[in-house]
Amino acid sequence: MKQKSVALVGDQAVAHAVRQSNVDLIAAYPITPQTIIVETLNEFLSNGELSARYINVESEHSALSAVIGGSLAGGRTFTATASQGLGLMQEVLYVASGLRCPIIMAVTTRAMSAPINIHADHSDVMGSRDAGWMQIFCENVQEAYDLTLMAFRLAERDDVLLPIMVNLDGFLISHTMEDLKILEDSVVSEYLPPRVASLKLDPERPMTFGSFALPDYYTEFKRQQVEGIENALRAAPEEWKRFEALSGRKYTVTRPHFMDGAEIALVSMGTSAGTARYAASKMREDGLKVGALSVRLFRPFPSEEVKKALVNVNVIVVMDRTVSFGAYGGPLFNEITPLLYGTNDSPTIANFIYGLGGRDVTWRMMVDATEIALKKKKTGEKIPKAQFLGVRE
Amino acid sequence: MRRKFLSSKQKLKGWKEMEMGGTISTPGSSVDFKVGEFRTIQRPVIDLSRCTKCYICWAECPEPCIYRKEDGFVEIDYDFCKGCGICAEDCPVKCIHMVPEAE
Repeated sequence: MKQKSVALVGDQAVAHAVRQSNVDLIAAYPITPQTIIVETLNEFLSNGELSARYINVESEHSALSAVIGGSLAGGRTFTATASQGLGLMQEVLYVASGLRCPIIMAVTTRAMSAPINIHADHSDVMGSRDAGWMQIFCENVQEAYDLTLMAFRLAERDDVLLPIMVNLDGFLISHTMEDLKILEDSVVSEYLPPRVASLKLDPERPMTFGSFALPDYYTEFKRQQVEGIENALRAAPEEWKRFEALSGRKYTVTRPHFMDGAEIALVSMGTSAGTARYAASKMREDGLKVGALSVRLFRPFPSEEVKKALVNVNVIVVMDRTVSFGAYGGPLFNEITPLLYGTNDSPTIANFIYGLGGRDVTWRMMVDATEIALKKKKTGEKIPKAQFLGVRE
Repeated sequence: MRRKFLSSKQKLKGWKEMEMGGTISTPGSSVDFKVGEFRTIQRPVIDLSRCTKCYICWAECPEPCIYRKEDGFVEIDYDFCKGCGICAEDCPVKCIHMVPEAE
Protein backbone atom coordinates (compact mmCIF):
# COMPACT_ATOMS: atom_id res chain seq x y z
CA MET A 1 0.00 0.00 0.00
CA LYS A 2 1.54 3.26 -1.11
CA GLN A 3 2.46 5.59 1.76
CA LYS A 4 4.15 8.96 1.90
CA SER A 5 7.35 9.43 3.92
CA VAL A 6 7.26 12.73 5.77
CA ALA A 7 8.96 14.41 8.71
CA LEU A 8 6.54 15.86 11.24
CA VAL A 9 6.29 16.67 14.90
CA GLY A 10 3.86 14.54 16.87
CA ASP A 11 1.19 17.23 17.04
CA GLN A 12 1.26 17.66 13.27
CA ALA A 13 0.99 13.90 12.80
CA VAL A 14 -2.16 13.85 14.94
CA ALA A 15 -3.57 16.75 12.95
CA HIS A 16 -2.96 14.91 9.69
CA ALA A 17 -4.72 11.84 11.01
CA VAL A 18 -7.69 13.97 12.01
CA ARG A 19 -7.67 15.74 8.65
CA GLN A 20 -7.97 12.43 6.84
CA SER A 21 -10.56 10.94 9.15
CA ASN A 22 -13.83 12.45 7.85
CA VAL A 23 -14.28 14.23 11.17
CA ASP A 24 -17.46 16.31 11.49
CA LEU A 25 -16.80 18.54 14.46
CA ILE A 26 -13.72 19.81 16.26
CA ALA A 27 -13.91 22.01 19.33
CA ALA A 28 -10.74 22.70 21.25
CA TYR A 29 -9.03 25.21 23.47
CA PRO A 30 -5.30 25.71 23.10
CA ILE A 31 -2.88 24.58 25.81
CA THR A 32 0.81 23.83 25.57
CA PRO A 33 1.93 21.35 24.25
CA GLN A 34 -1.19 20.55 22.22
CA THR A 35 -1.30 23.92 20.48
CA ILE A 36 0.29 22.71 17.26
CA ILE A 37 -2.57 20.21 16.82
CA VAL A 38 -5.21 22.94 16.81
CA GLU A 39 -3.05 25.37 14.83
CA THR A 40 -2.40 22.79 12.13
CA LEU A 41 -6.06 21.79 12.00
CA ASN A 42 -7.00 25.44 11.55
CA GLU A 43 -4.48 25.75 8.71
CA PHE A 44 -6.14 22.78 7.03
CA LEU A 45 -9.56 24.31 7.54
CA SER A 46 -8.57 27.66 6.09
CA ASN A 47 -6.83 26.22 3.04
CA GLY A 48 -9.68 23.82 2.34
CA GLU A 49 -7.80 20.58 3.00
CA LEU A 50 -10.26 19.83 5.78
CA SER A 51 -13.95 20.52 5.77
CA ALA A 52 -15.35 20.12 9.24
CA ARG A 53 -17.16 22.34 11.71
CA TYR A 54 -14.71 24.02 14.08
CA ILE A 55 -15.97 25.78 17.19
CA ASN A 56 -13.59 28.15 18.94
CA VAL A 57 -14.68 27.58 22.51
CA GLU A 58 -13.82 29.58 25.61
CA SER A 59 -12.49 26.70 27.73
CA GLU A 60 -11.79 23.00 27.74
CA HIS A 61 -14.98 22.40 29.69
CA SER A 62 -16.86 23.92 26.77
CA ALA A 63 -14.73 22.05 24.25
CA LEU A 64 -15.74 18.68 25.59
CA SER A 65 -19.33 19.78 26.09
CA ALA A 66 -19.50 20.92 22.48
CA VAL A 67 -18.14 17.67 21.09
CA ILE A 68 -20.54 15.68 23.25
CA GLY A 69 -23.36 17.59 21.59
CA GLY A 70 -21.85 16.93 18.17
CA SER A 71 -21.35 13.28 18.96
CA LEU A 72 -24.94 12.90 20.11
CA ALA A 73 -26.04 14.52 16.86
CA GLY A 74 -24.33 11.61 15.13
CA GLY A 75 -21.08 13.29 14.21
CA ARG A 76 -17.49 12.12 14.36
CA THR A 77 -15.79 14.42 16.83
CA PHE A 78 -12.31 15.35 18.00
CA THR A 79 -10.75 17.47 20.67
CA ALA A 80 -7.31 17.78 22.24
CA THR A 81 -5.94 18.97 25.54
CA ALA A 82 -3.35 18.46 28.27
CA SER A 83 -2.76 18.95 31.98
CA GLN A 84 -4.97 21.65 33.49
CA GLY A 85 -7.15 21.58 30.39
CA LEU A 86 -7.94 17.94 31.04
CA GLY A 87 -8.46 18.91 34.64
CA LEU A 88 -10.98 21.53 33.65
CA MET A 89 -12.85 18.92 31.59
CA GLN A 90 -13.11 16.55 34.55
CA GLU A 91 -16.82 16.63 35.22
CA VAL A 92 -17.66 16.38 31.55
CA LEU A 93 -15.38 13.36 31.02
CA TYR A 94 -17.81 11.23 33.00
CA VAL A 95 -20.73 12.62 31.00
CA ALA A 96 -19.04 11.69 27.71
CA SER A 97 -18.48 8.11 28.74
CA GLY A 98 -21.84 7.78 30.46
CA LEU A 99 -23.64 9.00 27.35
CA ARG A 100 -21.56 6.60 25.23
CA CYS A 101 -20.10 9.24 22.93
CA PRO A 102 -17.23 7.92 20.77
CA ILE A 103 -15.15 11.08 21.06
CA ILE A 104 -11.44 11.02 20.18
CA MET A 105 -9.25 13.21 22.35
CA ALA A 106 -5.53 13.61 21.87
CA VAL A 107 -3.80 14.33 25.16
CA THR A 108 -0.24 15.62 24.99
CA THR A 109 0.60 14.37 28.46
CA ARG A 110 1.78 17.17 30.68
CA ALA A 111 2.37 17.60 34.39
CA MET A 112 -0.46 18.95 36.50
CA SER A 113 0.16 22.26 38.26
CA ALA A 114 1.07 23.34 40.88
CA PRO A 115 3.81 24.25 40.45
CA ILE A 116 3.29 25.10 36.78
CA ASN A 117 5.16 22.76 34.48
CA ILE A 118 4.51 22.23 30.81
CA HIS A 119 6.56 19.10 30.28
CA ALA A 120 5.88 15.39 29.86
CA ASP A 121 4.34 13.64 32.84
CA HIS A 122 1.41 11.25 33.15
CA SER A 123 -0.31 12.96 36.08
CA ASP A 124 -2.97 14.49 33.85
CA VAL A 125 -4.21 11.31 32.21
CA MET A 126 -3.76 9.18 35.31
CA GLY A 127 -6.00 11.55 37.19
CA SER A 128 -8.76 10.56 34.77
CA ARG A 129 -8.21 6.84 34.70
CA ASP A 130 -11.56 6.06 36.26
CA ALA A 131 -13.62 8.34 34.04
CA GLY A 132 -14.65 5.52 31.71
CA TRP A 133 -12.48 6.62 28.79
CA MET A 134 -10.25 4.20 26.91
CA GLN A 135 -6.59 5.21 27.03
CA ILE A 136 -3.73 4.43 24.66
CA PHE A 137 -0.11 5.49 25.13
CA CYS A 138 1.98 6.30 22.04
CA GLU A 139 5.74 5.87 21.98
CA ASN A 140 6.67 8.00 18.97
CA VAL A 141 5.35 10.18 16.15
CA GLN A 142 4.42 7.26 13.88
CA GLU A 143 2.30 5.81 16.69
CA ALA A 144 0.68 9.19 17.31
CA TYR A 145 -0.53 9.18 13.70
CA ASP A 146 -1.46 5.48 13.50
CA LEU A 147 -3.15 5.20 16.89
CA THR A 148 -5.23 8.35 16.31
CA LEU A 149 -6.64 6.83 13.11
CA MET A 150 -7.34 3.53 14.80
CA ALA A 151 -8.92 5.28 17.78
CA PHE A 152 -11.80 6.52 15.64
CA ARG A 153 -12.66 3.00 14.51
CA LEU A 154 -12.31 1.49 17.95
CA ALA A 155 -14.45 4.08 19.71
CA GLU A 156 -17.29 4.00 17.20
CA ARG A 157 -17.81 0.24 17.25
CA ASP A 158 -21.29 -0.71 18.42
CA ASP A 159 -19.85 -3.13 20.96
CA VAL A 160 -17.67 -0.39 22.46
CA LEU A 161 -19.17 3.11 21.86
CA LEU A 162 -16.92 4.88 24.35
CA PRO A 163 -14.64 7.92 24.19
CA ILE A 164 -10.89 7.45 23.95
CA MET A 165 -7.75 9.37 24.93
CA VAL A 166 -4.77 9.02 22.64
CA ASN A 167 -1.84 9.99 24.85
CA LEU A 168 1.38 11.36 23.41
CA ASP A 169 4.11 12.61 25.74
CA GLY A 170 4.29 16.37 25.82
CA PHE A 171 7.24 17.80 23.88
CA LEU A 172 8.85 14.37 23.69
CA ILE A 173 6.42 13.39 20.95
CA SER A 174 4.29 16.48 20.44
CA HIS A 175 7.20 18.76 19.49
CA THR A 176 9.74 16.19 18.33
CA MET A 177 10.22 15.83 14.63
CA GLU A 178 10.52 12.28 13.40
CA ASP A 179 10.12 10.60 10.08
CA LEU A 180 6.92 8.66 9.59
CA LYS A 181 4.76 7.17 6.89
CA ILE A 182 1.37 8.65 6.14
CA LEU A 183 -1.37 6.74 4.34
CA GLU A 184 -3.02 8.22 1.28
CA ASP A 185 -6.15 10.28 1.86
CA SER A 186 -8.29 7.88 -0.19
CA VAL A 187 -7.07 4.88 1.78
CA VAL A 188 -7.95 6.51 5.08
CA SER A 189 -11.29 7.67 3.69
CA GLU A 190 -12.15 4.08 2.93
CA TYR A 191 -10.89 2.90 6.31
CA LEU A 192 -12.83 5.66 8.07
CA PRO A 193 -16.00 6.36 6.08
CA PRO A 194 -18.29 9.11 7.46
CA ARG A 195 -19.88 8.10 10.75
CA VAL A 196 -23.38 6.67 10.70
CA ALA A 197 -24.80 6.70 14.21
CA SER A 198 -27.85 4.56 14.91
CA LEU A 199 -29.13 6.60 17.84
CA LYS A 200 -28.73 10.35 17.50
CA LEU A 201 -30.45 13.71 17.98
CA ASP A 202 -32.70 14.01 14.98
CA PRO A 203 -35.77 16.21 14.56
CA GLU A 204 -37.32 13.52 12.36
CA ARG A 205 -37.00 10.93 15.10
CA PRO A 206 -37.07 12.57 18.54
CA MET A 207 -35.17 10.88 21.36
CA THR A 208 -34.00 11.68 24.84
CA PHE A 209 -30.29 11.72 25.68
CA GLY A 210 -28.99 12.44 29.15
CA SER A 211 -31.89 11.23 31.25
CA PHE A 212 -32.05 10.96 35.01
CA ALA A 213 -31.51 7.61 36.71
CA LEU A 214 -32.65 6.97 40.25
CA PRO A 215 -30.86 4.53 42.57
CA ASP A 216 -32.88 1.69 41.13
CA TYR A 217 -31.32 2.13 37.67
CA TYR A 218 -27.93 3.86 37.86
CA THR A 219 -25.97 0.70 38.65
CA GLU A 220 -27.20 -1.07 35.53
CA PHE A 221 -26.03 1.79 33.29
CA LYS A 222 -22.57 1.53 34.79
CA ARG A 223 -22.62 -2.23 34.22
CA GLN A 224 -23.29 -1.49 30.53
CA GLN A 225 -20.23 0.77 30.47
CA VAL A 226 -18.08 -1.98 31.97
CA GLU A 227 -19.24 -4.31 29.21
CA GLY A 228 -18.36 -1.72 26.57
CA ILE A 229 -14.87 -0.97 27.83
CA GLU A 230 -14.07 -4.63 28.38
CA ASN A 231 -15.21 -5.41 24.84
CA ALA A 232 -12.37 -3.12 23.77
CA LEU A 233 -9.89 -5.74 25.01
CA ARG A 234 -11.06 -7.89 22.13
CA ALA A 235 -11.96 -5.06 19.76
CA ALA A 236 -8.64 -3.18 19.86
CA PRO A 237 -6.54 -6.08 18.51
CA GLU A 238 -9.21 -6.65 15.82
CA GLU A 239 -9.07 -3.02 14.69
CA TRP A 240 -5.28 -2.98 14.85
CA LYS A 241 -5.12 -6.06 12.65
CA ARG A 242 -7.28 -4.31 10.08
CA PHE A 243 -4.87 -1.36 10.17
CA GLU A 244 -1.89 -3.66 9.77
CA ALA A 245 -3.28 -4.78 6.41
CA LEU A 246 -3.27 -1.15 5.22
CA SER A 247 -0.03 0.07 6.72
CA GLY A 248 2.15 -2.95 7.27
CA ARG A 249 2.62 -1.83 10.87
CA LYS A 250 1.66 -4.20 13.63
CA TYR A 251 0.26 -3.05 16.96
CA THR A 252 -0.49 -5.09 20.07
CA VAL A 253 -1.91 -4.12 23.46
CA THR A 254 1.54 -4.53 24.99
CA ARG A 255 4.93 -4.41 23.32
CA PRO A 256 7.33 -7.03 24.68
CA HIS A 257 11.08 -6.86 24.11
CA PHE A 258 13.35 -9.75 25.11
CA MET A 259 10.56 -10.98 27.37
CA ASP A 260 10.98 -14.64 26.46
CA GLY A 261 12.76 -16.29 29.36
CA ALA A 262 13.31 -12.92 31.05
CA GLU A 263 14.05 -13.05 34.77
CA ILE A 264 13.88 -9.29 35.17
CA ALA A 265 11.37 -7.00 33.47
CA LEU A 266 11.20 -3.22 33.04
CA VAL A 267 7.57 -2.15 32.66
CA SER A 268 6.72 1.34 31.44
CA MET A 269 4.43 3.38 29.19
CA GLY A 270 4.94 6.13 26.64
CA THR A 271 8.26 7.42 25.32
CA SER A 272 10.42 5.96 28.07
CA ALA A 273 9.47 2.48 26.86
CA GLY A 274 12.08 2.92 24.15
CA THR A 275 14.67 3.81 26.75
CA ALA A 276 13.64 0.74 28.73
CA ARG A 277 14.23 -1.46 25.68
CA TYR A 278 17.68 0.04 25.26
CA ALA A 279 18.44 -0.43 28.96
CA ALA A 280 17.28 -4.05 28.76
CA SER A 281 19.51 -4.69 25.74
CA LYS A 282 22.51 -3.15 27.52
CA MET A 283 21.92 -5.23 30.65
CA ARG A 284 21.62 -8.36 28.50
CA GLU A 285 25.15 -7.63 27.25
CA ASP A 286 26.24 -7.97 30.88
CA GLY A 287 24.54 -11.31 31.14
CA LEU A 288 21.39 -10.23 32.99
CA LYS A 289 18.22 -11.77 31.58
CA VAL A 290 16.33 -8.50 31.31
CA GLY A 291 13.30 -7.82 29.17
CA ALA A 292 11.17 -4.71 28.68
CA LEU A 293 7.38 -4.55 28.51
CA SER A 294 5.61 -1.48 27.21
CA VAL A 295 1.91 -1.18 28.01
CA ARG A 296 0.20 0.45 25.04
CA LEU A 297 -3.46 0.01 25.95
CA PHE A 298 -3.93 1.27 29.52
CA ARG A 299 -7.73 1.46 29.70
CA PRO A 300 -9.07 -1.13 29.55
CA PHE A 301 -6.03 -2.63 31.23
CA PRO A 302 -4.92 -5.78 29.39
CA SER A 303 -4.70 -7.83 32.55
CA GLU A 304 -4.41 -11.21 30.87
CA GLU A 305 -1.61 -10.23 28.52
CA VAL A 306 0.36 -8.46 31.23
CA LYS A 307 -0.07 -11.33 33.67
CA LYS A 308 1.03 -13.81 31.04
CA ALA A 309 4.09 -11.73 30.21
CA LEU A 310 5.12 -11.27 33.83
CA VAL A 311 4.04 -14.44 35.61
CA ASN A 312 7.42 -16.15 35.28
CA VAL A 313 9.51 -13.04 35.90
CA ASN A 314 11.28 -12.88 39.29
CA VAL A 315 12.06 -9.19 39.51
CA ILE A 316 9.68 -6.63 38.04
CA VAL A 317 10.66 -2.97 37.83
CA VAL A 318 7.47 -0.95 37.34
CA MET A 319 8.02 2.64 36.29
CA ASP A 320 5.36 5.26 36.84
CA ARG A 321 5.59 8.72 35.36
CA THR A 322 3.31 10.15 38.03
CA VAL A 323 2.72 9.99 41.75
CA SER A 324 -0.45 8.62 43.23
CA PHE A 325 -0.23 10.70 46.39
CA GLY A 326 -0.86 8.75 49.54
CA ALA A 327 -0.96 5.41 47.74
CA TYR A 328 1.57 2.66 48.29
CA GLY A 329 2.60 2.77 44.65
CA GLY A 330 1.90 4.49 41.36
CA PRO A 331 -0.98 3.75 38.96
CA LEU A 332 0.84 1.19 36.82
CA PHE A 333 2.10 -0.58 39.93
CA ASN A 334 -1.44 -0.66 41.31
CA GLU A 335 -2.71 -2.27 38.08
CA ILE A 336 0.03 -4.89 37.87
CA THR A 337 0.57 -6.03 41.44
CA PRO A 338 -2.86 -7.63 42.06
CA LEU A 339 -2.47 -9.65 38.88
CA LEU A 340 0.53 -11.43 40.34
CA TYR A 341 -1.00 -12.03 43.75
CA GLY A 342 -1.05 -15.66 44.66
CA THR A 343 1.09 -16.81 41.73
CA ASN A 344 3.51 -19.58 42.49
CA ASP A 345 6.73 -17.70 43.11
CA SER A 346 5.57 -14.24 44.10
CA PRO A 347 7.96 -11.91 42.33
CA THR A 348 9.70 -8.84 43.67
CA ILE A 349 7.83 -5.84 42.30
CA ALA A 350 9.77 -2.61 42.73
CA ASN A 351 7.96 0.59 41.83
CA PHE A 352 9.86 3.69 40.74
CA ILE A 353 8.49 7.17 40.20
CA TYR A 354 10.40 8.85 37.40
CA GLY A 355 10.34 11.59 34.80
CA LEU A 356 8.01 13.95 36.64
CA GLY A 357 7.54 17.35 35.05
CA GLY A 358 9.51 16.27 32.00
CA ARG A 359 12.66 15.23 33.88
CA ASP A 360 14.80 13.07 31.65
CA VAL A 361 15.12 9.38 32.45
CA THR A 362 18.27 7.79 31.07
CA TRP A 363 18.97 4.14 30.42
CA ARG A 364 21.61 4.31 33.18
CA MET A 365 18.94 5.40 35.66
CA MET A 366 16.92 2.34 34.66
CA VAL A 367 19.98 0.18 35.29
CA ASP A 368 20.22 1.78 38.76
CA ALA A 369 16.55 0.98 39.35
CA THR A 370 17.15 -2.63 38.35
CA GLU A 371 20.07 -2.87 40.76
CA ILE A 372 17.92 -1.53 43.59
CA ALA A 373 15.22 -4.05 42.71
CA LEU A 374 17.73 -6.89 42.71
CA LYS A 375 18.96 -5.79 46.16
CA LYS A 376 15.35 -5.86 47.43
CA LYS A 377 14.97 -9.37 46.09
CA LYS A 378 18.07 -10.43 48.02
CA THR A 379 16.69 -9.07 51.29
CA GLY A 380 13.36 -10.78 50.62
CA GLU A 381 11.37 -7.54 50.42
CA LYS A 382 8.72 -8.53 47.85
CA ILE A 383 6.83 -5.27 47.39
CA PRO A 384 8.85 -2.33 48.62
CA LYS A 385 7.11 1.02 48.82
CA ALA A 386 7.35 3.15 45.66
CA GLN A 387 10.47 5.28 45.56
CA PHE A 388 11.60 8.20 43.45
CA LEU A 389 14.17 7.56 40.78
CA GLY A 390 16.52 10.50 40.60
CA VAL A 391 15.23 12.86 43.28
CA ARG A 392 17.74 15.17 44.94
CA GLU A 393 17.59 14.62 48.68
CA MET B 1 -53.45 -0.04 53.88
CA ARG B 2 -49.69 0.46 53.52
CA ARG B 3 -48.67 1.89 50.20
CA LYS B 4 -46.00 -0.26 48.50
CA PHE B 5 -42.91 1.47 47.12
CA LEU B 6 -42.94 2.16 43.38
CA SER B 7 -40.28 -0.34 42.36
CA SER B 8 -42.14 -3.25 43.83
CA LYS B 9 -45.09 -2.48 41.59
CA GLN B 10 -43.31 -1.90 38.26
CA LYS B 11 -40.92 -4.57 36.98
CA LEU B 12 -37.35 -3.21 36.72
CA LYS B 13 -35.24 -3.98 33.64
CA GLY B 14 -31.83 -5.69 33.68
CA TRP B 15 -28.73 -4.01 32.21
CA LYS B 16 -28.85 -6.03 29.01
CA GLU B 17 -32.36 -4.95 28.09
CA MET B 18 -31.95 -1.29 29.02
CA GLU B 19 -31.09 1.24 26.35
CA MET B 20 -27.45 2.30 26.51
CA GLY B 21 -26.41 5.38 28.40
CA GLY B 22 -29.92 6.24 29.48
CA THR B 23 -31.03 7.01 25.94
CA ILE B 24 -34.78 6.88 25.45
CA SER B 25 -35.28 6.32 21.77
CA THR B 26 -39.07 6.48 21.61
CA PRO B 27 -40.77 9.76 22.45
CA GLY B 28 -43.72 10.07 24.81
CA SER B 29 -42.42 7.28 27.01
CA SER B 30 -43.64 8.90 30.20
CA VAL B 31 -47.13 7.62 29.37
CA ASP B 32 -45.99 4.16 30.49
CA PHE B 33 -44.79 5.49 33.82
CA LYS B 34 -47.73 5.47 36.22
CA VAL B 35 -46.89 8.52 38.30
CA GLY B 36 -50.13 8.08 40.21
CA GLU B 37 -48.18 5.75 42.43
CA PHE B 38 -46.35 8.77 43.91
CA ARG B 39 -49.68 9.82 45.43
CA THR B 40 -49.35 9.13 49.12
CA ILE B 41 -51.35 11.77 50.92
CA GLN B 42 -54.70 12.48 49.33
CA ARG B 43 -56.80 11.90 46.23
CA PRO B 44 -59.57 14.05 44.68
CA VAL B 45 -63.13 12.72 44.67
CA ILE B 46 -65.78 14.49 42.59
CA ASP B 47 -69.41 14.71 43.77
CA LEU B 48 -71.01 14.49 40.34
CA SER B 49 -74.46 15.39 41.71
CA ARG B 50 -73.23 18.94 42.31
CA CYS B 51 -70.88 19.27 39.30
CA THR B 52 -71.90 22.08 36.89
CA LYS B 53 -69.64 20.90 34.02
CA CYS B 54 -67.74 24.18 34.01
CA TYR B 55 -64.52 22.24 33.10
CA ILE B 56 -62.30 24.44 35.22
CA CYS B 57 -60.82 21.32 36.87
CA TRP B 58 -60.23 19.80 33.42
CA ALA B 59 -58.40 22.94 32.28
CA GLU B 60 -56.37 23.46 35.47
CA CYS B 61 -55.09 19.93 36.10
CA PRO B 62 -51.30 20.16 35.57
CA GLU B 63 -50.78 16.53 34.57
CA PRO B 64 -53.38 16.65 32.89
CA CYS B 65 -55.31 13.62 34.12
CA ILE B 66 -58.91 14.85 34.13
CA TYR B 67 -60.82 13.85 31.02
CA ARG B 68 -64.19 14.87 29.61
CA LYS B 69 -66.56 11.97 29.09
CA GLU B 70 -69.24 11.62 26.43
CA ASP B 71 -71.97 12.36 28.93
CA GLY B 72 -70.40 15.72 29.59
CA PHE B 73 -69.09 14.95 33.07
CA VAL B 74 -65.39 14.65 33.91
CA GLU B 75 -63.44 11.71 35.27
CA ILE B 76 -60.06 11.53 36.97
CA ASP B 77 -57.43 9.02 35.82
CA TYR B 78 -55.95 7.94 39.16
CA ASP B 79 -53.03 6.18 37.43
CA PHE B 80 -51.59 9.63 36.77
CA CYS B 81 -53.13 11.82 39.48
CA LYS B 82 -50.47 12.98 41.96
CA GLY B 83 -52.95 14.43 44.43
CA CYS B 84 -51.86 18.05 44.14
CA GLY B 85 -55.35 19.34 44.94
CA ILE B 86 -55.52 22.09 42.31
CA CYS B 87 -58.83 20.73 40.99
CA ALA B 88 -60.42 20.87 44.46
CA GLU B 89 -58.96 24.32 45.06
CA ASP B 90 -60.34 25.77 41.80
CA CYS B 91 -63.78 24.15 41.65
CA PRO B 92 -66.26 27.05 41.87
CA VAL B 93 -68.99 24.95 43.51
CA LYS B 94 -66.55 23.02 45.70
CA CYS B 95 -67.82 19.61 44.60
CA ILE B 96 -64.32 18.12 44.60
CA HIS B 97 -62.96 16.97 47.93
CA MET B 98 -59.46 15.78 48.79
CA VAL B 99 -59.85 12.51 50.63
CA PRO B 100 -56.93 10.94 52.55
CA GLU B 101 -55.30 8.24 50.43
CA ALA B 102 -55.14 5.90 53.36
CA GLU B 103 -58.92 5.36 53.20
